[in-house]
Amino acid sequence: MNAATLFGLCGAALVGFGLYGLVTNPEPLRKVLAFNLLGSGVFLVFGAISKRAAAAGLGGDPVPQAMVITAIVVAFAATAMAIALVLRLLEETGRATLSSDGPGGTSTDGGNS
Amino acid sequence: MTISFFYDVGLAVLILGVGTTTIFAHTAFAAVIAFVVYGLLLAIAWVRLAAVDVALTEAAIGGGLTGMLLLGAVARLRHAKVDDIRTGLPVRLVAGVLCALIAAGLASAILLPPAVIPTLAPMVMENLAQSGLGNPVAGVLFVYRALDTLLEKVVVLLALLGVWSLAPDSAWGGIPALRVYARPNATLTFLAQLLPPLGIVVGVYMCWVGAKEPGGAFQGGAILAAMWLLVMIAGLESPPSIGRPWLRLLLVVGPALFLAIGLAGFLLANAFLAYPPGYAKPMIVAVEIALTLSIAVALGMLAAGPPERVRQQ
Repeated sequence: MNAATLFGLCGAALVGFGLYGLVTNPEPLRKVLAFNLLGSGVFLVFGAISKRAAAAGLGGDPVPQAMVITAIVVAFAATAMAIALVLRLLEETGRATLSSDGPGGTSTDGGNS
Repeated sequence: MTISFFYDVGLAVLILGVGTTTIFAHTAFAAVIAFVVYGLLLAIAWVRLAAVDVALTEAAIGGGLTGMLLLGAVARLRHAKVDDIRTGLPVRLVAGVLCALIAAGLASAILLPPAVIPTLAPMVMENLAQSGLGNPVAGVLFVYRALDTLLEKVVVLLALLGVWSLAPDSAWGGIPALRVYARPNATLTFLAQLLPPLGIVVGVYMCWVGAKEPGGAFQGGAILAAMWLLVMIAGLESPPSIGRPWLRLLLVVGPALFLAIGLAGFLLANAFLAYPPGYAKPMIVAVEIALTLSIAVALGMLAAGPPERVRQQ
């Protein structure tokens, strides 16, 4: 087993853990964290596969590397957006939850009207 | 089996351990701290996979900026009412089994590779000399997949628009409330005075060297953004109100120049985002410099969050 396979398996496990956290944890912020873990696991799997394809005298395949760089930046942008949504939800309802029952449920007046 | 393999095993175990802490930690604060450590460990893993460009991006954006953003959110959510609903054991069991199945599926894809692994690396290297660039990753980002890079900048701007539009009406055009979770103290102020001169030099260097060596607009921009945020968090400089013309100009200068050069490609090289022969490198460097500025401002403002107070003057 070489380093690429090892980190590929590590990435696969991270995808599993991230997905589990995303599904089971009720707090929105923890879901965002889990989603980031899931994403970085996918990147790592991708990176490990691209390392195997290393050719032309390079350490790794530059095409997947460039795509992962783009993906990390986009993931950050999405995380910033998600956190802004969670904080706005807190501001509007005083709660940070995704459950639909209770006072901070699905039908709040946006407050922006 | 070499000594570096044992090092890799240790690193993988650490990554998994810290990564699972972000899921299973009891408090959100502990989870976020674990996530920052996880980002840095992951950056080392990327170095081990010979992807230094990715490692720099992961350390700066994946660990650093995302961690900062999450810490700010944790501080604000600390007093939020959290429902005490825990997911039931049967659901957790089923979810655990299904997630393990997905991980196992991915693992089998890694362990049983196809006989011929597709790669575009030889094609990249064959044509890289024409672009005048020395870093194949920069070549992919700015020559072969330039459209991806351009659209990614647009995605970042759209995300920023989304974050800003979450501001209440009364705060529109105001200042992002970055200082809310900072208790400025002597150490922070000292760091904010000491680090930016060094960090700005490193950021500019990172952008410049990106054409030949690992580095580039993303990494350089992220470092510049971090320095800016440090100064704002320490309270040495107030975040700008989002309506400032210079702010808006810096945000669009990178994508606009990229788009202009892309359109000029129609006239000069017969294709969108194509560079005329012999001028590829100066054009790419110009785009990189403009993009570094735009990325720095966009990442900084994304991390600063929506405007919350109107300027008091």
